[in-house]
Amino acid sequence: MSASAIQPILRVRDLAVHFPVRVGGLFGRWKPLKAVDGVSFDIMAGETLGIVGESGCGKSTLGRAVLRLIPATAGQVVWLGDDLLTLEPDDMRRRRRDLQIVFQDPLAALDPRMTVGDIVAEPLVTFHPDLGGDEVRRRVRDMVAKVGLSPEMINRYPHEFSGGQCQRIGVARAMILRPKLIVCDEPVSALDVSIQAQIINLLMALQREFGLSLIFISHNLSVVRHISHRVLVLYLGRVAELAPRDELFARPRHPYTQALMAAAPVPDPRRERQKLRARLEGDPPSPLDPPSGCTFRTRCARATEVCATAMPGLETVGPDGAAAQHHVACYHWRDGFRNK
Amino acid sequence: MLTYAIKRLFGAIPTLLILVTIAFFLIRLAPGGPFDDEREIPAEIKANLERVYHLDEPLIQQFGRYVLALAQGDFGPSFKYKDYTVTELIWGGFPVSLRIGGIAILLAIAIGAGLGTLAALRQNSRLDYTVMGFAMTGIAIPNFVMAPLLTLVLGVHLKLLPAGGWGGGAVRNMILPIVALALPHIAYISRLMRGSMVEVLRSNYIRTARAKGLPERLTILRHALRAALLPVVSYLGPATAGIITGSVVIEQIFGIPGIGRYFVQGALNRDYTLVLGVVVFYGVLIVLFNLLVDLLYGLLDPKVRYD
Ligand SMILES: Nc1ncnc2c1ncn2[C@@H]1O[C@H](COP(=O)(O)OP(=O)(O)OP(=O)(O)O)[C@@H](O)[C@H]1O
Ligand code: SF4
Ligand SMILES: [Mg+2]
Repeated sequence: MSASAIQPILRVRDLAVHFPVRVGGLFGRWKPLKAVDGVSFDIMAGETLGIVGESGCGKSTLGRAVLRLIPATAGQVVWLGDDLLTLEPDDMRRRRRDLQIVFQDPLAALDPRMTVGDIVAEPLVTFHPDLGGDEVRRRVRDMVAKVGLSPEMINRYPHEFSGGQCQRIGVARAMILRPKLIVCDEPVSALDVSIQAQIINLLMALQREFGLSLIFISHNLSVVRHISHRVLVLYLGRVAELAPRDELFARPRHPYTQALMAAAPVPDPRRERQKLRARLEGDPPSPLDPPSGCTFRTRCARATEVCATAMPGLETVGPDGAAAQHHVACYHWRDGFRNK
Repeated sequence: MLTYAIKRLFGAIPTLLILVTIAFFLIRLAPGGPFDDEREIPAEIKANLERVYHLDEPLIQQFGRYVLALAQGDFGPSFKYKDYTVTELIWGGFPVSLRIGGIAILLAIAIGAGLGTLAALRQNSRLDYTVMGFAMTGIAIPNFVMAPLLTLVLGVHLKLLPAGGWGGGAVRNMILPIVALALPHIAYISRLMRGSMVEVLRSNYIRTARAKGLPERLTILRHALRAALLPVVSYLGPATAGIITGSVVIEQIFGIPGIGRYFVQGALNRDYTLVLGVVVFYGVLIVLFNLLVDLLYGLLDPKVRYD
């Protein structure tokens, strides 16, 4: 993917989302829960960025904040030159034509009181109030067929469909306006493995056909590996590592990425040479009370004193090639990789 | 849906029968009878009266007679208003009670749902706290306290509204009883509505609606309102019952010639047939209303199937 030649269509800079959380009962004080804390990345047209991390590391929060479905505390989300976070609500609403989202729980994301046809048609009617009823119906039927459902189904209600079918409806709803970017927040985690592959392939086919960009959120490394061009590894709301897909899977630099890969059940001969990798033990610490310095140090086999001093910044791994696009936030990334 | 409705109506018959049985024997437990007036009447006239109204028969026979007549839609004659049948009395009072109760319940839904939605949209704001504070007060104060209080302040002291009486159904006369009747339900419904609206606004499909780029107003009206109204609709069953029992008190306090007043008077006078008639009528009303609520539920929730 030679996407680097093109201008990014989305630039996220130092994005932070802090939730005020009350600690200590009735008379407790408010403390910020840093669900996303200083995240930056770019997305090119037609590119898929995978976002991985354990449960609770802030993936959903990040995806929603990018689309301004929840308010960000700080940072910028520059979409085709405009900072979405400072737009007037009406201007933001107009941008939503290009920015859509597919949610994890496919049934819950659909209004149970609307027919599938109405659900898919609603964005169209909202943004093109001038379209005639026949034209709306035609486009809805086309889209429903495109995601692999029979157009006769549009008069039924969401609860009459299986999870996989509901997710196809969710995809049709997101696609009907021909958006330029779709955030997919664990779109397949709730589905059977065989259905997962169908939805992933559907997303990839739609991406090829319409050239859209995807932010693909998942905690499943093999799914992310299959669909992404680049991958961002998130830990406690911060970027641990960001690299092109093949580069990341061939040469993971961050101890957390390495641990994730060691934990993932992917048959991989290269894994044999990574026997020294630390296992990922225990749960991540509470984001309300993260460790000082590098937040991963409580679980990191390579941690030293310097790791407790300050949060390591993102460093670029090499001067050119894939390494130039490989960024890692770890003081000891050079020591850990003994592959070459 | 029609078969469902018919099935439900037939299913209500045993319920009503139990209601009639309990009411019939309960009122006979009360000491005294319809003709034990303060004004002494000669013993043989009393015996005569009792024979005419079959009060001399064994209780179980009277019960059988009553149920048989009831099955043919005959509520019997009133013991006290001797020129009227119970049916006539009920139909005479019903339009008045319906007007008061109907307006009260419509007001309760409209204002309650409106306030609840506003409070939910401005969660934890001053408006929210004000509405919820009002709701707590409204629920805590019973209507037999609220009604005299309203009368005292608005009727007696400020002289803004008549303190009582029906005035032939003048609007001025209806305001206080309707407000007194509706207040607890406005309070309850606004709490109910706030809770369910807060919940619905957090649900994923509302997030979807916002992500679609729908204006906030449409998101609320088209997606949130119907779902949030469901608990309010379920409350309508108990609410009707509440309005009915409330009207018994309110009509008495404000001197309104509705069914509720007949009920109280009937009970005080041991006017057995009148009391029983009103009980059965209320029973049928509540059954019908609950059926209506269930049918309405189906309109609001496509997952509900009638079979
Ligand atoms: N509205 C909120 N108020 C307070 N804390 C929140 C809120 N939403 C999320 N959080 C917290 O923010 C952190 C990140 O949550 P988020 O849902 O983004 O994680 P995630 O990576 O998507 O997890 P999962 O894989 O379970 O979906 C969690 O600790 C969560 O408890
Ligand atoms: S900075 Fe230190 S603690 Fe953090 S990942 Fe690197 S080695 Fe581990
Ligand atoms: Mg999530």
